[in-house]
Amino acid sequence: MSAAVASTPAASTGSDRWLRYRRYLPPLLIVVLWQIAASAGLIPTRTLASPAMIAGTFAELISSGELPRHLLVSLGRVTTGLGIGVVVGTTFALIAGLSRRGEDLLDATLQMLRTLPFLALVPLFILWFGIGETPKIALVALGTMFPIYLTLFAGIRGVDAKLIEAGGTLGLSRREQVFHIVLPGALPSALVGLRYALGVAWLSLVVAEQINADSGIGFLVMTARDFLRTDIILVGLIVYAILGLSADQIVRVLERQVLAWRPSFLKD
Amino acid sequence: MNAHPALAARQHPVVQVSNLVRSFGRGPNILDGLDLTIRAGEFVALLGRSGSGKSTLLRTLAGLDTAPAGTVTVPAERAVVFQEPRLIPWKRVWANVALGLRTPDARERAIAALSEVGLSHRLEAWPLTLSGGEAQRAALARALVREPKLLLLDEPFAALDALTRLKTQGLVASLWRAHRPAVLLVTHDVDEALLLADRVLVLDQGRIGFDLHVNLERPRHHAQPAFATLRSRLLRELGVEEENPEEPVEELRAPTRSRAPAASSRRLEDAVWSASADALARS
Ligand SMILES: Nc1ncnc2c1ncn2[C@@H]1O[C@H](COP(=O)(O)OP(=O)(O)OP(=O)(O)O)[C@@H](O)[C@H]1O
Ligand SMILES: [Mg+2]
Repeated sequence: MSAAVASTPAASTGSDRWLRYRRYLPPLLIVVLWQIAASAGLIPTRTLASPAMIAGTFAELISSGELPRHLLVSLGRVTTGLGIGVVVGTTFALIAGLSRRGEDLLDATLQMLRTLPFLALVPLFILWFGIGETPKIALVALGTMFPIYLTLFAGIRGVDAKLIEAGGTLGLSRREQVFHIVLPGALPSALVGLRYALGVAWLSLVVAEQINADSGIGFLVMTARDFLRTDIILVGLIVYAILGLSADQIVRVLERQVLAWRPSFLKD
Repeated sequence: MNAHPALAARQHPVVQVSNLVRSFGRGPNILDGLDLTIRAGEFVALLGRSGSGKSTLLRTLAGLDTAPAGTVTVPAERAVVFQEPRLIPWKRVWANVALGLRTPDARERAIAALSEVGLSHRLEAWPLTLSGGEAQRAALARALVREPKLLLLDEPFAALDALTRLKTQGLVASLWRAHRPAVLLVTHDVDEALLLADRVLVLDQGRIGFDLHVNLERPRHHAQPAFATLRSRLLRELGVEEENPEEPVEELRAPTRSRAPAASSRRLEDAVWSASADALARS
């Protein structure tokens, strides 16, 4: 007991660091065991490439410029689709959230469409838009629009009416109330929607690129399947994982910046 | 400087309400032919049982509620402090105070108002980090920086602990002395009303049922015999019987109809609060 109290700051930061890194040990151990099993011939390459092979392929794909090329194509599709989805979702949410008439006009329709599994629209999209870039971007845009719309609409309607009333007594015009009170108040909810939309964006991209494409990470993975190259498939999966994680990280940083007023961030 | 009642009476009215009627849905009239006049610089306290319509009246004066019948004249320069501070959480304290000011020196004025309420060290703080008393003081600063002719206070001290409450009451008294807005203070606290107000009104059955001029010298003191007399008269008016009633006093009842006693035992607790309020009167 007394030892714990007497522990020096240096000792406590040391153990903090250990606690932080300790959680990465099990996955590391799995990779090591995987490599040992592969080297011993227990896992055939056809089923699963070894970590060393994957690393080698990764380096090769990067140096040959093949991976960066496909990555850029995929990133372009995601950002374009996400951009369109965010703009359209935000516009709809503002129209429906800020006026009763707008809600009557849009909300019922969008709530109905939302229940449709949007990936089921792929056949229709191919019929409508052909097999070029349009159906892929449209799928991402459609998938990301709903989370943005739903969370921003709910956020706008959830803003404390007492704050809006207080804004009125301070002489704010309706436009100023929206700008100073309603929209910032809806932001926490909208950012949750953005994070969710990013997840949906990758998911839609994976589906879109595997159906019909001649470039992109999904195309890379699908061609690798034809040649039984599990190493390339795994490189593709790792790239998806890294992209997903970094997108999430970007939103977290954004949240820290714009939601600095919230008590959960105030602690640090 | 002390406001002499005779002086106050000569001031022009800033609030004039006549025959105000308000009901909600198909319910009874909450406000039922209410008349009210408040003169410039006058400090008026409004008492009444819970649900009697005090907040409804205040919201009407603030322009937040439109009554179906009656005429209401209020100045354009008015400000409200609610029971909760209602600061905008995503604006720094100074920006909350400056919100809606349209002059280029808005920030300077906000800072000046905040130092007046003793918050100059919290200008850049986020509102959610303020204590309850600090938040309510920031709300006061936000109201006063608008230099209102009419200041509407809806139980602004109700959520504060006894000590903070005393300090904030003292602050309101000195701010009123310095800026002289007309004040309508809604409260459940008889002593608070008597310490601060020129006039104490009791809202009952939709009208001002009782209008008491408080002719006490300022600063006021609980130990003043006149204070105790007024206090027991007011309590009786609210339907609270005291242990040792003072000798009967001639009542200054507004010439309306008879009313049923209307007060809960809750208000007795409120009313019989700590004698340390004397400290306030001395400040
Ligand atoms: N928006 C509303 N819709 C329906 N009824 C309402 C509304 N606002 C107030 N009322 C009713 O009007 C009556 C008066 O309410 P009000 O808030 O003015 O009371 P009050 O005197 O301020 O009470 P308290 O001391 O508890 O704050 C209450 O019965 C209340 O239920
Ligand atoms: Mg009320």
